[in-house]
Amino acid sequence: MAETALAALQKVKDPEIDSISIVDLGMVEILEAEVREVTVKLLPTFMGCPALDIIRKNVEAELRKAGVFERIEVQFIHHPPWTSDRVTEKGRKQLKEFGIGPPPKRISETGEWHVECPFCGSAYTTMDNLFGPTACRSILYCKACRNPFEAMKPVSTMM
Amino acid sequence: MSKPERKLIDEINPALTSLLYQLADDDFILAYRGSEWLGLAPHIEEDVAFSSISQDTMGHAAMFYQLLQDFGEGDVDHLAHGRKSSERKNAVLLEMVNGPGHYLSTAQYDWAFAVIRNYFYIQSKKIRMDSLKNSSYQPLAEVAVKVNMELYYHLLHWKTWFVQLMEAGGEARSRMEAAVKKTLADFGGVLSLGPLAKEMGEQGLIEEEEILKQRWFLMMKPIFESVNLTVSEADFAMKNGNGRKGEHTADLDAALSTLSEVYSADPAASW
Repeated sequence: MAETALAALQKVKDPEIDSISIVDLGMVEILEAEVREVTVKLLPTFMGCPALDIIRKNVEAELRKAGVFERIEVQFIHHPPWTSDRVTEKGRKQLKEFGIGPPPKRISETGEWHVECPFCGSAYTTMDNLFGPTACRSILYCKACRNPFEAMKPVSTMM
Repeated sequence: MSKPERKLIDEINPALTSLLYQLADDDFILAYRGSEWLGLAPHIEEDVAFSSISQDTMGHAAMFYQLLQDFGEGDVDHLAHGRKSSERKNAVLLEMVNGPGHYLSTAQYDWAFAVIRNYFYIQSKKIRMDSLKNSSYQPLAEVAVKVNMELYYHLLHWKTWFVQLMEAGGEARSRMEAAVKKTLADFGGVLSLGPLAKEMGEQGLIEEEEILKQRWFLMMKPIFESVNLTVSEADFAMKNGNGRKGEHTADLDAALSTLSEVYSADPAASW
C-alpha cells in the first residue's frame, strides 16, 4: 500500500516546475498508507506559495486514481520546517533539466552562497535578484555562457 | 545544552489570542500595503522582489490566522476580511497609506517611507520570531521557525535599500530622514505588545516588551551609526493611536473596504 501511495505521489509535480515531483522536492514528511486509508502530511516550501492548494488537490486526485484508497487525507504541517537540503539528488538533477539551479548545499558563515549555472555548470555566476518569479526562486546570470537563469533559494533553520 | 524548564500552554487564553491577533493583523495589513506598490516600484527588479516579499508576508498572516481558527476564533477568510477596523490589533504605522493618490490612477507613493517602514518593522518582526521560537505555545513556536527562515531574505533586502539611500546624499537623504521621522512617530505602536503584554511574558508566550525593544536597538545601532543617523528611544511614539487597543485611522477603514470588496460580495463563495 505504501508503495502504491508513493508511486502516486511521484506523479504529483510542482505546478510551477513540472520536471520535479513533490517527493523529490522533499515536501512529503509523513505517508501512512493502510488497507483502504491513506494520510499524507506535506511541508510547504514557502508559506505564501499559491501553488499549495493546487498541490493538495493534485495529491488527492493521484491517490484516488490509484483506486485502492477509500479515505484520503492530505494536510500541510509546519513542523519540521521545509529546508532546501530536503531536495533529493534526483530532484537536483530534475531542477537542472528544467533550467533551474538546485539550491546551494552549503552556505558560508558570512551568508554567502554559490550557485552553478544549470546550463554550462560554471560557478562564474552573479545574482541579479534574490527574489524571482516564485517565492522559492532567485534570478541569476551566468557570465561564462551568458545565460540568465533561475535557482532555488537556499533556506535553512540556521538563518 | 539544557533549556530551562518551561510550562507549555495548551489552551486558549486572552493573552495568547491577543498576541496572535497582533502578529496576524500586522502582517496582513502591511502585505496589503505592499501589494498596492505592484507596478509602481522604482524599477522592475524591485517590483518582483517587493511583490514576492508581500506574498510571503501574506502567507505569514494566513498562518497566524490559522492558529486563531484552530482555537475557534472563526474562519481564516473571515478573520482576514470580515473584521471591522475597531476589532483589528495591528500597529497604526502599518496601516498608513503609501502616499497621496490611489494605486489605480494618481499614485504619488513615497518610496522612502516604504523602505523605512518595512525595514524597521521587519527587524522588529525578526526579533519577535527569534523570541517566539521558545514560546510556551508550541504551535506558535513551530510557525516562528518557518517564518524566520523567510525573514532572512526580507531583512537583507530592506537593509540594502536603507543603507544605499541613506548614503546617497541629496534629495534621497533628506527624504529618508523625513520618512524616519514619520515612522518613529508611530513606531511605539509596532514595539508594543498591547494591554496584555505582562501576561504574555508571565506565561512565557514571548519575552517582555522592554527586552525586545532593547534588542531592536542593539541590532539597529551599528547600522544607524554606519549611516550617521541618530535615533533615540524618546522618538518612539504612537502619534496616530494605539492599534493594539483597536484605535485606528481612516486609512485602515479605506483599506478594509477595498480589500474586502470581493469577499463581502458573497462571504460563502468558494474561490
